[in-house]
Amino acid sequence: MSAASPPARTTPRPRAASRPEGVVTMAHGAGGKASHALVESVFLEAFSNPALAPLNDGAVLDIAGQDVAFTTDSFVVSPIFFPGGSLGDLAVNGTVNDLAACGAQPLALSAGFVIEEGFPVEDLARVVDAMGRSAQRAGVPIVTGDTKVVQRGKGDGCYVNTSGIGLVDRRATGLAASSARPGDAVIISGPIGDHGTAVLLARGELGISADVCSDTAPLNGLVAALLEAVGPAVHVLRDATRGGVATVLNEIAAASGAAIVLDEDDIPVRPQVAGVCELLGIDPLYVACEGRMVVVVARERAGEALRAMRSHPLGAGSAVIGRADADPAGLVLEETSFGGARVVDMLVGDPLPRIC
Amino acid sequence: MKFMEEYRDRNKATAVSAAIAELCEPGRRYKLMEVCGGHTYTIYKHGLEYYLPGAVELVHGPGCPVCVIPMGRVDDAISIARQDGVTMACFGDMARVPGSKGSFLRAKAEGADVRVVYSPMDALRIAIEEPARKVVFMAIGFETTAPSTALTLQRAKAMDVPNFSVFCNHVTIIPPLRAILDAPDVDIDGFVGPGHVSAVIGCKPYEVVTKEYNRPLVVSGFEPLDILQSVYMLMRQLASGRCEVENQYSRVVTWEGNPRALQAIEETMEPRPHFEWRGLGSIPLSALKLRDEFARFDAELIYQVPGVRVADPRACQCGQVLRGRLRPWECRVFAKACTPERPIGTCMVSSEGACAAFYNFGRLTRPERLAEARS
Repeated sequence: MSAASPPARTTPRPRAASRPEGVVTMAHGAGGKASHALVESVFLEAFSNPALAPLNDGAVLDIAGQDVAFTTDSFVVSPIFFPGGSLGDLAVNGTVNDLAACGAQPLALSAGFVIEEGFPVEDLARVVDAMGRSAQRAGVPIVTGDTKVVQRGKGDGCYVNTSGIGLVDRRATGLAASSARPGDAVIISGPIGDHGTAVLLARGELGISADVCSDTAPLNGLVAALLEAVGPAVHVLRDATRGGVATVLNEIAAASGAAIVLDEDDIPVRPQVAGVCELLGIDPLYVACEGRMVVVVARERAGEALRAMRSHPLGAGSAVIGRADADPAGLVLEETSFGGARVVDMLVGDPLPRIC
Repeated sequence: MKFMEEYRDRNKATAVSAAIAELCEPGRRYKLMEVCGGHTYTIYKHGLEYYLPGAVELVHGPGCPVCVIPMGRVDDAISIARQDGVTMACFGDMARVPGSKGSFLRAKAEGADVRVVYSPMDALRIAIEEPARKVVFMAIGFETTAPSTALTLQRAKAMDVPNFSVFCNHVTIIPPLRAILDAPDVDIDGFVGPGHVSAVIGCKPYEVVTKEYNRPLVVSGFEPLDILQSVYMLMRQLASGRCEVENQYSRVVTWEGNPRALQAIEETMEPRPHFEWRGLGSIPLSALKLRDEFARFDAELIYQVPGVRVADPRACQCGQVLRGRLRPWECRVFAKACTPERPIGTCMVSSEGACAAFYNFGRLTRPERLAEARS
């Protein structure tokens, strides 16, 4: 038996995606490869324009000489209330964080509700109260809204959409996933996987209990502190949500052509989260966060950036988790605690627990 | 978690690695098969091969329960899932396995009620809570998962749950090992034996491998140091000319196994005359079916299924990979037509499948390392 030639190792993942066949599946919503294929083959083609093309967390528009960030997100979560937050917190923080990832401070949000007939008014009030509190915490008003009610069975309780606009900080220049450069440091603003683990446990299907709270939080203040400290040395900001930190890093690697090399020992994971993930055969790198920013920053300013982030209450657990490198272009690697190395690929479909 | 970290200590790994290297005879190559998919996953996830000398190669065996399910059985299960009033409950990594016309996930998107469960008891609970649904549990796995199916069947019988059944695809570990060893020109020097399966069946049944086929076998745990130590134990046997079943995983596995679990299997299931294995073909007495006393819980008797044997796709070389004859990247469709998004063969589906584990974690460095070692 002879060894065939090794698979190509330096070719970045091809961007063009073919249109998925058949019907939309849950995998198309999980933030991994299938989601990307759907966005690129269906939406990007139909909506094609320069502001959309970079597929960042939000679009940045030049309005009367001001860089204005604009973003939208829809929120669906089951259960609606979970340790550490609720649908309402996610709806505000998610959009605030998308703006923050554009380097923008939020100016105003909208809120749209699709409510299923039979949904308790009290629950709706709890969701809306949480939105009010989160908006106050982020320092942004919710200035317009809409409500639709659908027949029983036609919606899963309550869905919320929020859109937001914000002014891009003048100290943030050239922020884009494509701006990562070899040598840059990769920082995460706190322990990973808290949100996804908290929600998974709150569903109560696993018969596992652990003390884990969602990390949902508005990160605009943290980003302001970071930009205040190191400004243009920040090359990429991405909030890690669906698909977790691994997915965001793969997007950065693919867009920039740089390699991202992580050190497993340096990635902060709470012991409870690591334990639950280990039991289920899920990798915390792929588990959703709702209050964590991935920061790619010039190496020589990494120390300052880390200090600035750690001195903010929402970045106290910040850590340098890896670096950008030239080779292998477009891939994410992890140097394992055990002393080996592995590829950290984009997730395929939903993370599915293993059988044994 | 401390328990985990102890088995991932790189200083200890370095020491074991040096001991393995010392046992290598100059000029000799060693090919060791890890039977279990859980081992394959650990090997790639932690980069275990960085600790092995170039002369020692690990090849991946048929122990990923998802990988060995033939397409025809998947088609049968999906056809049950599509019937009116049926709720199909399956393990997570089964959901993506392609049949000849799509997977459970596809069937779900098209309207079938497919639910991911973590144990067969969850499926039984759904049946009890939703009496209007006909709940079918897609049972897969070796002797590892068969006891939980067995206990669930006993519970269902005791509680007289009318709307619960099991589509049984349980398989047993010894027959495929025999099938691999019966093939001509077997070049495997020893086996890293499965851990979880052995917790049920014990170590004794592997004496077939040592006595009839003259290959040493070490039952191994799942942490990286467990596997490395098992490789060391195999190498020590090979160096001293011994050929025994040894138990590295003694914190979990006993020589005799778990008699209660074995009894539960025995009471509810019996061997099938033949069962088709993906890539390995039909192997006699290699799978389990429900006993007559449990016929009313047997989905194969309750539902009409096509029961058609579907040939593996012609391009697919999973069979060669499962026998350790081909390395994942040597398969002609690996990473080209066959990827985790669009798997052609089952080895690319489960995270424990050799191809998926290699594609996901290892594809960067391993072929180069092996090429270097050969030159």
